[in-house]
Amino acid sequence: MEKRIRILVAKPGLDGHDRGAKVVARALRDAGFEVIYTGLRQTPEQIIEASLSEDVNVVALSLLSGAHNTLFPKIVAMLKEKGMNDVLVIGGGVIPDADIPFLKESGVSEVFTPGTPTASIIEFIKANVK
Amino acid sequence: MDIAKELLAGSRLALARAITAVENEYDNAVAIMQELYPHTGRAHVIGITGPPGAGKSTLTDKLAKEYRRQGKTVGIIAVDPTSPFSGGAILGDRIRMNDLTLDEGVFIRSMGTRGSLGGLSRKTAETVKIMDASGKDVIFIETVGVGQSEVDIVKAADTTIVVLVPGLGDDIQAIKAGILEIGDVFAINKADREGADKLNTEIAMMLDLNPIKVDWRPPIKRTVASQSEGISELMQTIEEHIAFLEQSGELTNRRTKRTRNELIAMVDEQIGRYIMQKITVTGEFDRMVESVHNRDKDPYSVVNSILSTVLR
Repeated sequence: MEKRIRILVAKPGLDGHDRGAKVVARALRDAGFEVIYTGLRQTPEQIIEASLSEDVNVVALSLLSGAHNTLFPKIVAMLKEKGMNDVLVIGGGVIPDADIPFLKESGVSEVFTPGTPTASIIEFIKANVK
Repeated sequence: MDIAKELLAGSRLALARAITAVENEYDNAVAIMQELYPHTGRAHVIGITGPPGAGKSTLTDKLAKEYRRQGKTVGIIAVDPTSPFSGGAILGDRIRMNDLTLDEGVFIRSMGTRGSLGGLSRKTAETVKIMDASGKDVIFIETVGVGQSEVDIVKAADTTIVVLVPGLGDDIQAIKAGILEIGDVFAINKADREGADKLNTEIAMMLDLNPIKVDWRPPIKRTVASQSEGISELMQTIEEHIAFLEQSGELTNRRTKRTRNELIAMVDEQIGRYIMQKITVTGEFDRMVESVHNRDKDPYSVVNSILSTVLR
């Protein structure tokens, strides 16, 4: 079976480090996914363009510096604008539980906060990817 | 979406989808390739290979920018290894090319080796054609070169640059690898490091020892890609190589040879699939494997009987 699930692990905004994102990236690789990682300080435009040219099935957004309520919904909206309606968007990082309902309403399918086993992320992706 | 049509009209999304169709062997892949094929054959394909950590992605990024300054459009295929255990991969070459992401004249696609050497070569070649059909003037194939599979990948290139770095401690080892024989240009990257002169001498000696007379002696260039040093000189050398290929007729030779090899590979693959499909569906193949394993039959007779049955 040639098809692989392609996931963009993206760091929007101005986070100072990407340790968590890298842990998740490795776990996803070990689960058999193809993970594209583009590094720190990505703008929404860069994330959209990478998602498009790499034709990813999942965009996994990681953010630690508090800008998630602004950046995550923006990225979801931009993906739709580009016609990428089948892309699963998930989020993680330092995100207060209180913000999660808003993020989900904005189109983020699930948010995985610190302490979540990476296996949960993998299961979710397998169950929900289109 | 009519992928081929939209691609030819300039859609980046269609370009991305076409590559996915080919990579995942979707049912529409062949039809897409058939429609795009007449629009191929224009692009100059540059292979960039070398050991891990040599600076290939950074060098590709700088060269791409240089070509963009000249008004050329660029496609980049960045190949990274797939884990043979999990089947997954981290495709991280793009991280060195962040500046290029928003350039409309550049299209970057990351590919995993996915464990099938022959399959990857074909898919890379097809992705080159897709990018070619979309109008890209220059297409880079960037891949780790330490073995045979990578050698096959860069055979899709017109000009191959082998990137080496000084002080790896295994200069002789690098020279022994098969990749050196396919280099049209050698780039000593991180040339500000100690050992650059020594590496240069070693490569030059290896080239001198080649008993076959060649019309193009691969130049050895020095770069410090991270500092953008030596990039325009390297590009100049690439252009000289393409001019040499065109003037000597070598370009036509190489491309015809490549077409021939591609056709042979495609025929092999199709016939193999056709035959295997016929014999696995009935469970016959499993029985054959048993009998060969038990030494009841030898594999040669079994293959003969497969052929005479299927091709009856």
